[in-house]
Amino acid sequence: MNGYLHHLWLIPLLPFAGFLVNGILGRRLPKAGVTAVALIAPLAAFLVVLGATPAFFAAGAASWVETCPQPWIVAGALHVDFSFVLDQLSLVMLLVVTGVGFLIHVYSVGYMKHEEGYWRYFSYLNLFLFFMTVLVLAGNALVMFVGWEGVGLASYLLIGFYFQKKSAADAGKKAFIVNRIGDFGFLIAMFLLLANFGTLTFTEIGAKLAASPAWQGGVLTCIALCLMLGAAGKSAQIPLYIWLPDAMEGPTPVSALIHAATMVTAGVYMIARTHVLFDHSAFALSVVAIVGAATAIFAATIGLVQNDIKRVLAYSTVSQLGYMFLGLGVAAYSASIFHLMTHAFFKALLFLAAGSVIHGMGGEQDLRKMGGLRKKLPVTFAVTTIGVLAIAGFPPLAGFFSKDAILAAAFTQGPGGKLLWAVGLITALLTSFYMFRLWYLAFLGESRSPEVHPHESPWSMLGPLVILAGLSVVGGWVGIERFAGFLAPSVGERVAEAGGNSLEIILMVVAVAVAALGWFIADLLYRQRPARAAEVAAALPLGYKVLLNKYYVDEIYAAVIVKPLLAVSRFILEWVVDIAILGGLAWLLGGVATLTGAILQRWQSGNLRSYAAWLAAGAAALLLFLLVPWTTVLANLPAIHIGMAGR
Amino acid sequence: MTTIDQSILTWILLVPLAGALLVALAPDRGKLSNWIALLTTLATLGLTLHLPAHFVLGQSGFQFEINRIWIDNPAIAYHVGVDGLSLWLVVLVGLLAPVGVVASWNAIQSRRKIFFALFLVQQTAMLGVFLSLDLMVYYGFWELSLVPMAILIAMYGRKDGPKAALKFFLFTFIPSAPLLVAILWLYAQTHTFDFTTLQIYITHGLIPAAPLCWVALAFLFAFAVKVPVFPLHGWVADTYSEAPVALAMVVAGKLGLYSMLRFHIGLFPEQARAVAPYLVALAVIGILYGACLALVQRDFWRLAAFAALSHLSLITLGIYGLTFTGWDGAVYQILNHGVVDGALFLLLGALYDRYATSQINSYGGLAVKLPRTATVFVITSLAIIGLPMLNGFVGEFLILSSTFTGVSRGWAIAATLGVILGAAYMLWLVQRLFYGPESELALSRPPEDLHLGQLAVVWPLAVLMLVMGLAPSLWLPSIEKGIHPPKPKSADAALPYIATQTALPISSPVEGQR
Repeated sequence: MNGYLHHLWLIPLLPFAGFLVNGILGRRLPKAGVTAVALIAPLAAFLVVLGATPAFFAAGAASWVETCPQPWIVAGALHVDFSFVLDQLSLVMLLVVTGVGFLIHVYSVGYMKHEEGYWRYFSYLNLFLFFMTVLVLAGNALVMFVGWEGVGLASYLLIGFYFQKKSAADAGKKAFIVNRIGDFGFLIAMFLLLANFGTLTFTEIGAKLAASPAWQGGVLTCIALCLMLGAAGKSAQIPLYIWLPDAMEGPTPVSALIHAATMVTAGVYMIARTHVLFDHSAFALSVVAIVGAATAIFAATIGLVQNDIKRVLAYSTVSQLGYMFLGLGVAAYSASIFHLMTHAFFKALLFLAAGSVIHGMGGEQDLRKMGGLRKKLPVTFAVTTIGVLAIAGFPPLAGFFSKDAILAAAFTQGPGGKLLWAVGLITALLTSFYMFRLWYLAFLGESRSPEVHPHESPWSMLGPLVILAGLSVVGGWVGIERFAGFLAPSVGERVAEAGGNSLEIILMVVAVAVAALGWFIADLLYRQRPARAAEVAAALPLGYKVLLNKYYVDEIYAAVIVKPLLAVSRFILEWVVDIAILGGLAWLLGGVATLTGAILQRWQSGNLRSYAAWLAAGAAALLLFLLVPWTTVLANLPAIHIGMAGR
Repeated sequence: MTTIDQSILTWILLVPLAGALLVALAPDRGKLSNWIALLTTLATLGLTLHLPAHFVLGQSGFQFEINRIWIDNPAIAYHVGVDGLSLWLVVLVGLLAPVGVVASWNAIQSRRKIFFALFLVQQTAMLGVFLSLDLMVYYGFWELSLVPMAILIAMYGRKDGPKAALKFFLFTFIPSAPLLVAILWLYAQTHTFDFTTLQIYITHGLIPAAPLCWVALAFLFAFAVKVPVFPLHGWVADTYSEAPVALAMVVAGKLGLYSMLRFHIGLFPEQARAVAPYLVALAVIGILYGACLALVQRDFWRLAAFAALSHLSLITLGIYGLTFTGWDGAVYQILNHGVVDGALFLLLGALYDRYATSQINSYGGLAVKLPRTATVFVITSLAIIGLPMLNGFVGEFLILSSTFTGVSRGWAIAATLGVILGAAYMLWLVQRLFYGPESELALSRPPEDLHLGQLAVVWPLAVLMLVMGLAPSLWLPSIEKGIHPPKPKSADAALPYIATQTALPISSPVEGQR
């Protein structure tokens, strides 16, 4: 066993050190110092992960490496360690998190150069990496929960980075609270695990499940569904997806790192990590698949009509996460993780490119005011084109392979699977359409705001874009078979069989044709005759309005949950119960006391001094009371006793 | 046992009292009283730290014990001692005293002498409650702890001190009367006030059981008001609004919760078992009720009061779940609550001193001008919310998980809903105070961030929140030792007293392995 693997704790600790240095000293450090600290931390973490990779392969058969755990909470029967583990699954995830994370740190240097809270921004970003790596490395559910809540905290702080804007502060708070609803599910799942397995350690749970065939349905379904609630919060699935579009209030690199590439995929990772539980519950799996498919198509329809470039990408992220859950739900865990990885590349790319556009346009995010940017921002245009082709699923780009893997896995799952496949296919059509819509609106045609003079971003921002574009091209070439083979020790051998080569090829052709159709429609509406899009919208006024207002889900939640809760709290609990009933009883008690004692009457006279003096006298009396000879008093006590015993 | 170990508890009790005397005798000049109080409280803190340093971990029973006859007839003894249950609570009182002095440094502008003298008397009283093992002495300290509080609320109230003081008085003194009667009745039965002796009498069934349940109820009632347990919380909101910050941070919670564990469950295990299901229900109601009310408060003192009701109810749930893990979590959470509320009140007090209002809506956008206040406030809020790695999470998880596995799944799930509400009201408070555009109030005064004294207090508290969240093993083992079952036979009886009704296909009772 390679000793190097026992230094896993370095991976989270390095970003944490960066957070501490910049968080405590950042205000006084020169900007270059802040930058250096902020970049070294994730780079070093990435190098440690890279260094661990060959050592990990060298470890051979040992697919699961645990570093010596430290006891954390030990009380009564509960014993939880701070334990970190590395296996194929966490390795893939770590490479994505630290690698893409580092690129986005580099990009941020240019993007955030003129911001006031430069040091604050980078300390939060490092803090995020710390918690995210803890989440990924966690060897038990509670340590994962530390990372889980921690990334939520980092997300809260970064969404609300421009905290003087009310919308930003609102969005941060909303993200945290909605995530808490998911965390409630996670907590209940942990309680159920403790009650039934007596442990939170993933390996032990797996071993106990494997040891007895009696485990099935019932409890496991409950645990799996509670975990799914948690995952739906973090990964923005129905019904808890509402925070993610608002989270776009944060700086754009944050949207790329946290709200596209890494944090929001934590739910996918968590289900893959606890897949043994889901494997035992067909019901839970189908819930996951249905929620995923519904979210995918639902968010995609909203994405069709949004005008804010970041909001289009946000709904696209929700939709793509839905794909990943669809994959999980048909037990194609490797395909989901595969899509998670390629999505991290091309979605980070798209967000950063959008950031480059916004940067170049002087803060403008409205697609209707863009247009013709391909000449002014040639590099951004080129990389965005790659990103759009990748997410739309054109071969040989990354998204093609991973999306195809999920769709193929769904197709082979019986009649229900065929339905999921069809929903996935329609989503692919919508995805292709809205991405090309964005592409046409932003980059092609003529500029719609001639007064703005866009400029291309500096190379510190373009560099990461080019690297991510490269990854978006080659990221899928490894192929699902080899990828699934690598992940098999972590997530099981259940690689979806595509049912023979001819079917596989037919499915691929259909998927590509659908993507091309989406492009064609976008071309028809936004290039050939730009006015046609408005005509279509005018022809379907109701549908357009509903989509533009995101199905009014925020309004419905406010009317059904938030307002009633506040109203019940204020009017029923506070006014009726607390003030009227309990307050009234206390008042009665006080009234009785006031009436019975003349001394109490005197108190009410309002003379502070006499009141205080009376209290002091009372205290003195109590002290004296301790010194009084008690024999006479106690002589009478047996009578009381008899009286009571007589009942 | 060295000499200092034999007399340390006496010193701990006497030093604040001596400080109070000194403040009373010294001239009322400038901030002399403040300095005397600060030095006294720091000395007391130093003395209380002697206890964990010399506490023998494996040893059962009380340590640093002093047991001297004080009055022959009736037999009242000066019997004090520390076990794992009270050990860290004594240190907590010691720790919060200097915090209270610093919080009052500028807030108390007039009659400093009276304030600090009474404040120090209050310290002795609270320490006495945690240390006394003779019921009469305990009762004396219990009553004494209420007196300076009532006087100071009346004297320093922000709007209507006397009214709040009267409310506080009625709510806390009146339930003490049945407590006294109950203690005297026990004496009449046994001719002793001694805690350990009474424990033996009661566990061996030497006292008639029928009246004993009334005695236990009298104990419980006094404690439940002091905690407070829903629906006996009527005094809390007014007291928090009116009490000087230094007293508000200690008034609720730990005395009552400690007394429940020591003197209600400790003396009357059978009777406690009988009422436990009701208290579990009231505690869960209190968690949700307090959280809902905190959500709609417009005044931050009242918000803090209902938040405290919610958190103290969680601890009550841990105590009356009657599981070992729950007790560990409950005691740990008392410590957490003390640390976190200490910081919270200091910060709210600093805001109130500066802006002279507690109306939340008047605030807004303070984070720009007061970055330090905002930073510590956010950290404190996160600890209150129960963010993992900060202290609140450990206690919360222990209590909720033990309730789930050992008491009742339904109540545990309901209590866990408090997690969501807690985040909602705390983050909303943070937002309304610190975020958004700068309010008129924020612009109306020159910015003045936390001064050095306050920083010297809040940063250690913030660090403590982190350390207690990361390394609870520094505290939990010694706490565990203190939570002995009252008799060996009931070692398993501290266990699920409500059979788990929703039987699951396979379930291994986790608590039972102990």
